[in-house]
Amino acid sequence: MKYDIILAGVGGQGVLSLSGIIAAAAMQEGLSVKQSEVHGMSQRGGAVLANLRMAGRPVASDLVPLGCASLILSMEPLERLRYLRYLSPSGALVTSTEPVRNIDDYPELERVLETIRSLPRAVLVDGERLARKAGSARAANMPLVGAASALLPLKLDTLERCIAARFASKGQAVVDTNMKAFHAGREAAA
Amino acid sequence: MNEHVLLGDEAVALGAVHAGLTAAYGYPGTPSTEIVEFLIRHAERHGRPLASWTTNEKTAYEAALGVSLAGRRTLVAMKHVGLNVAADPFINSALLDLGGGLVVVVADDPGMHSSQNGQDTRFYADFARTLCLEPANAQEAYDMTREAFDLSERFHVPAVIRLVTRLAHSRGVVRTGEARGQNPPRPAADRAAWTLLPSYARELWRGLLERQHELRAYTSRHGNTLSLADSRLGVVTCGIARNYYEENADDLPFLPSHLHIGAYPMPVDLLRRLVAHVDAVLVLEDGYPFVQRALGGVLTPPREVRGRQTGALPPDGELTPDVVRVALGLPLRAGLPPAALALPTRPPQLCAGCPHIDTFNTILKATRDLGARVTSDIGCYTLGALPPYSAVDSCVCMGASIGMAKGLADAGVRPALAVIGDSTFLHSGITPLVDAIAANTPMTVVIADNEVVAMTGGQPSAIPSSRMKRLLLGLGADPDHLHILDTHPKTVERNAEILRREIDHPGLSVIVTVRECIETARDRKRMRLAMAGATA
Ligand code: SF4
Repeated sequence: MKYDIILAGVGGQGVLSLSGIIAAAAMQEGLSVKQSEVHGMSQRGGAVLANLRMAGRPVASDLVPLGCASLILSMEPLERLRYLRYLSPSGALVTSTEPVRNIDDYPELERVLETIRSLPRAVLVDGERLARKAGSARAANMPLVGAASALLPLKLDTLERCIAARFASKGQAVVDTNMKAFHAGREAAA
Repeated sequence: MNEHVLLGDEAVALGAVHAGLTAAYGYPGTPSTEIVEFLIRHAERHGRPLASWTTNEKTAYEAALGVSLAGRRTLVAMKHVGLNVAADPFINSALLDLGGGLVVVVADDPGMHSSQNGQDTRFYADFARTLCLEPANAQEAYDMTREAFDLSERFHVPAVIRLVTRLAHSRGVVRTGEARGQNPPRPAADRAAWTLLPSYARELWRGLLERQHELRAYTSRHGNTLSLADSRLGVVTCGIARNYYEENADDLPFLPSHLHIGAYPMPVDLLRRLVAHVDAVLVLEDGYPFVQRALGGVLTPPREVRGRQTGALPPDGELTPDVVRVALGLPLRAGLPPAALALPTRPPQLCAGCPHIDTFNTILKATRDLGARVTSDIGCYTLGALPPYSAVDSCVCMGASIGMAKGLADAGVRPALAVIGDSTFLHSGITPLVDAIAANTPMTVVIADNEVVAMTGGQPSAIPSSRMKRLLLGLGADPDHLHILDTHPKTVERNAEILRREIDHPGLSVIVTVRECIETARDRKRMRLAMAGATA
């Protein structure tokens, strides 16, 4: 088994914590994991790209090769389009529909979404709305994990355990909100 | 044995702790920042080692030398360009008869994800005639750091660990070994071995040169592995390049001969054995063509040597599994075709509400129609170079803004302004300001004081804002032309008037615009609330 994920978004959106939860779950299931992140300047509202690789045998490259990603997971619709060349022809895309318009020349949102819908195996979720309904817009990355959860080669309860562990220090209410947002995303994608 | 999930940077830090580290120093710089951050957190929890940020990389290195003089183990961490700042003590320290192990961890940034250049630290290690270890994954980063302390003590030289961004910021599983205790303090007895007077230095330099064959003998047996297989191709991988090679090797029609280099000085014997066995050599290395140049040299090599220098790999940018795949002659795997939609780039930018925005607006307002030249420096405020501000004309290296503005003014340019952050000012801006004050150069220095090293995540500046004024007066700044101003959208107008007046002043003026970085201010508030919640 080998499963590569490209995680995309904009600095400050929580791409790394999203990656961290999936990586932790993969490790708990005994898989080899390599996770490569961006830090520093690139995080100041710029485009952010992280690589997450998991496999039943040791993972060599820290970066996902072209055409090998099983999944592109994006917190932002436009950002997701940047990395199509990394997606394997049988790969899937899960993206949040909420744009981050911190640039002047952001294309018309409808055209971005249309381009995404025209791709095979694309799943769109309104992460922010689902998170708000679950109790907090701050949990906007959880519906994404939820929407991806049926595709990931990981057990549902492992993911749930890792989400709970991630937010445990912030109290049960925060854990519950995130868990609710996760399940909302899972249902939305089903 | 324990398992941890660690960044490459963190693996180095934990390796150092388990090697009996007494003290660590560094200046924050992506991609090296997490090394000292990890050690500071470790120290908060366990009371050791001593770990601290310093004013710059040179002061970090010199403090480490003191620890080594005391016979104890020490680590200095920096990014590649930081080693330029610490180059003076670094190169000289290789001549000393080092006591306690001194390990220099340098994180290179091939591809320049967040740096001004992509220089390769292996050249510096070679220049200093010292050892350099280059790990390929988090486990090796841990193991090699432990080993580097032993080697430093065995050969009495500073041992360099070279990381690259991709390893520094890659997370993997690390199995740790038994922790070792700290060295007892044992200050060096031989003063001459630590005193680089010419007569002593010549002697010490000879000693270092004589030790070269010991270092080479070591790296010909350790840290490097040669496996001779097919004679059509020999692949040399350095550090993390091995990962990209292994990713692709299974698809090759035959198994090439392979030399992996993880330790320098260059394992010359192994390279010779490889070259003698194969028709062609492909060198895969991140950064500069360091090994390739050594192999090719000036004379035509007896075998074909391919690498970054011959176009087999791109001459710039970081290595990726795909460029390595192409260099191996394998076809790229096809992904989806790129989207038909034009994708605008999304450059990094100042956070909404950043105090630097107000400082730039102040500058833009004060210099409108003046044709001013504005030199900038390195930090979040460098983003003022990009639209919508496009407010600065240069950014070269830490501290250069002030020196360059002086040069502009000396060359007759009026008005000349320098913009520098508080932490950069303390790092490398003080000395050029002393020059400008001594000459009363007609220029204006704007110190954008946000109280922290913001770009790397909010590490504290060496001294708080409240002491900046005294420092500047102490340097000799004219109190009539020194202004400490709150910066805020509401004060832009008034501050611009003051700045305008100082620009007209025919001597040196210093303006400090003060407001805390909103990112760290927010974190601090969150922390306070959490503390209040915990005690409630
Ligand atoms: S991190 Fe701080 S200093 Fe940097 S852009 Fe954001 S608010 Fe400004």
